[in-house]
Amino acid sequence: MTVIRKVRPHPSQNEALLFELSSPGKSGYQLPKLDVPAVDPVEALGSANVRQEIPDFVEVSEVDVIRHFTRLSTWNYAIDLGLYPLGSCTMKYNPRVNEAVARTEGLTWIHPYQPDQSAQGAFAILDALERALAEITGMDAVTLQPAAGAHGELTGILMVRAALEARGNPRKKVLIPDSAHGTNPASVRMAGYEVLNVASNERGMLDVETLARTVDESVAAIMITNPNTLGVFEARIAEVARIMHARGALVYMDGANMNALAGISRPGDYGVDLMHLNLHKTFSTPHGGGGPGSGPVAVKQPLEPFLPLPRIQRTPSGWSWNYDRPQSVGRVRAFYGNFGVLVRALAYIMAHGGDGLKRATLDALLNANYLRKLLEPHYEIAYHAPSMHECVFRHEATGAIAKRLIDYGFHPYTVSFPLIVHGAMMIEPTETESKQELDGFAEALIAIARELKETPELVLTAPHTTRTAKVDEVAAARKPVLKWRRP
Amino acid sequence: MLDTIFDTPAGAATLEDLYAHLPQEVQFHGPLTLPPGKSEYEIVDYFRARGAENANQHANFLGAGVYHHYRPVLVDAVVSRGEFLTSYTPYQAEISQGTLTAIFEFQTMICQLTGMDVANASMYDGSTAMTEAAMMALRITGRNAVAVARTVHPEYRDVLRTYTRHQAVRIQEFEYDPETGQVDLASLEQALDASTGAVVIQSPNFFGVVENAKQIADMARGKGALLVFLFTEAVSLGLLEPPRDADIVAGELQSFAIAPSYGGPFAGVLACKEKYVRQMPGRLVGETRDAAGHRAFCLTLAAREQHIRREKATSNICTNQALIALMATVFMALYGKQGLRELAEQNLAKAHYLGGKLWRRFKGPYFNEFVAATGPRSPEEIDRRLRELHILGGLALDRFYPELNNSVLLCCTEMAARPDMDAVAEAFGA
Repeated sequence: MTVIRKVRPHPSQNEALLFELSSPGKSGYQLPKLDVPAVDPVEALGSANVRQEIPDFVEVSEVDVIRHFTRLSTWNYAIDLGLYPLGSCTMKYNPRVNEAVARTEGLTWIHPYQPDQSAQGAFAILDALERALAEITGMDAVTLQPAAGAHGELTGILMVRAALEARGNPRKKVLIPDSAHGTNPASVRMAGYEVLNVASNERGMLDVETLARTVDESVAAIMITNPNTLGVFEARIAEVARIMHARGALVYMDGANMNALAGISRPGDYGVDLMHLNLHKTFSTPHGGGGPGSGPVAVKQPLEPFLPLPRIQRTPSGWSWNYDRPQSVGRVRAFYGNFGVLVRALAYIMAHGGDGLKRATLDALLNANYLRKLLEPHYEIAYHAPSMHECVFRHEATGAIAKRLIDYGFHPYTVSFPLIVHGAMMIEPTETESKQELDGFAEALIAIARELKETPELVLTAPHTTRTAKVDEVAAARKPVLKWRRP
Repeated sequence: MLDTIFDTPAGAATLEDLYAHLPQEVQFHGPLTLPPGKSEYEIVDYFRARGAENANQHANFLGAGVYHHYRPVLVDAVVSRGEFLTSYTPYQAEISQGTLTAIFEFQTMICQLTGMDVANASMYDGSTAMTEAAMMALRITGRNAVAVARTVHPEYRDVLRTYTRHQAVRIQEFEYDPETGQVDLASLEQALDASTGAVVIQSPNFFGVVENAKQIADMARGKGALLVFLFTEAVSLGLLEPPRDADIVAGELQSFAIAPSYGGPFAGVLACKEKYVRQMPGRLVGETRDAAGHRAFCLTLAAREQHIRREKATSNICTNQALIALMATVFMALYGKQGLRELAEQNLAKAHYLGGKLWRRFKGPYFNEFVAATGPRSPEEIDRRLRELHILGGLALDRFYPELNNSVLLCCTEMAARPDMDAVAEAFGA
């Protein structure tokens, strides 16, 4: 095989770090002339409180800054460049109108402590979004405070605990299927519960008979992702709920995969007591390279008193914050939630309406099942159960195939997750991909399957076409270098 | 596509067939009761109308954890680039070097500002960062009590209580000196015992007063506890001595070009001494090489995190605030060494201009916030007068500190104009 040598002569491919671009005295800011007398810092604060200059801090011009970050940006893959089929991540198109409205002057500059009367427009947005999410999930009340999915999980499990405590016994354990995302067990521990793992059956679903034998008076709740991380709908979820409820336990649903359900199935209608949503997945707010997210929690009426502080309330004189809720689990963060993300999610819901949300769901199912059909002759499907919005294949070389996909211009699928599938290839195309994009992706994966037989080295040493060749992650962890130091 | 999926003749299958396998009892048949889908124009119009219902174009003297700083236009120019905006967490290092490099620069700048050895890639906000810092200190010390100053942001302390309620953790608050507004060292001494694993202070504190971190660190260390140092006003780091004496620093970066946006999204951050890095939650980016020998970056030390360690992880955090941290990074790059200093000095000058006109409740040194005592007029009356002038006054403190009635927390950033500050002084009756 030919070895492709990395040549990157242009500066945009060799951009240095900001610290290396710096020269003394350079700057990119302008401040107005001070309109009050200057104050001597040492006099005002005492010499012990005033710092010397910040060693090695950045000194660059405005042009340096825009060029630096623009160059860095070209080293990223993004939804705006193409299919991003990370399973359970729901990388759909992020509509630009959402960005525009989130930057509305009267929304960006509201201070959380300005008088409630002077923030009525913000309350109206929060109320509209709470009601929409309740309708979509079939729930009765919603908190918009959690900053991300895992934060929502913690909030939800704290509510489970508060509700059971109010009944007299918080119990000890929370059941979690072995296919669950790692945040589930971590959140459960933070709420002071033990984690009890439940094995999936040969169809990739919860084993309801085993579950029925497992649930006793020590079990507080089950935390169930639906559709699960195999993209399979837990068909017996209503039965699971009946079993749990009969033993005084609650059902928490991880709504990370709500993109498979909006408009066709409402968890609140079949026994789910509470669930979180990821607005940065189902409701199209951008991931931004890792955040911000938003993880609202929707609950049935009996859990409403336990929602975190504060709650919006409507009074004769208008909207205001209500802090007088003695059974609440308390505050889970400062202020009221990732408001700017909430604005974007409401814009998405408004653009779609009820019919549009359902259509988006059906298109997500269509795209996932279409890809599955194209790939099944070439890759081994992990479970034969019907797929919802994502499908999971398996292959020994999942990591290498993922890297080789990059050479074909696509972002890889989710690699090696869920953990219960050895060599997992978890593919979620979302509804916003065209047939052309899906066909191209399938052709790439099929070509790679052929390469694995004919020229395996080509696959095992991928990627070959990227600016950065294969990154040595082992070396990074062995001897961590976590910041720049002057050489 | 449907015909491919179902192996049916053209047009035989419908989209509804895609979920026909779901049991009837879980299918939703009715239409969702939501307003019909709207056009782009109608959506823009709706949010513009809601924005107009909020106080707009006001001079703003509110601080208390959210600060009214100018946002350089370059910040949105960078974070609006689709390559940053619409990318996922940089797990695939080869095609995520843009995000990874920027985070590495962010981590470096936070270390330079705070005097710590290591900083993570961001937390949800300052309140959860502080809470995670306290829990991290308990893991390191193997102890179960947190001593937290009453001068720490009240909502942050609420979050600490919520998170630790079921962790068998004791929260012990200690008092402030009513003269200086700083930590009351005698009260701190009483709060400390052999079970104290973390001492949490904020500086400048909730009253805007600069704490004596060195002395508090010595007291904490004397009892075998770690000092968790919190900042909510990041601009202060341009001028104030960095918290080198702390073991863990938690912060809120909203001041670095992040719009107030009714309280979020912001970006929290955690920084600590090198030896504690393996107990630190959140993502970390490290430097390495690619196969061609070039410098490259990747996420590292993931063995701390939930996707590997599950219930034994340092925290459940997964999604963080990457794009918001990028805003802060661009801001820091633009202002740089000299600009951050000048910005902080302007804040100091403005606050001391207004502070000099009012009766300040506390004598301790202050940066850009202070507590003013009201005179003949009540805080409500002052607020009402200022609202007529399109000015949002300060925060009446009795909602958090019942003993501080007739006290208003005021903040003056570089955006505070002299005529508005004069108007505030006049409204107070000064």
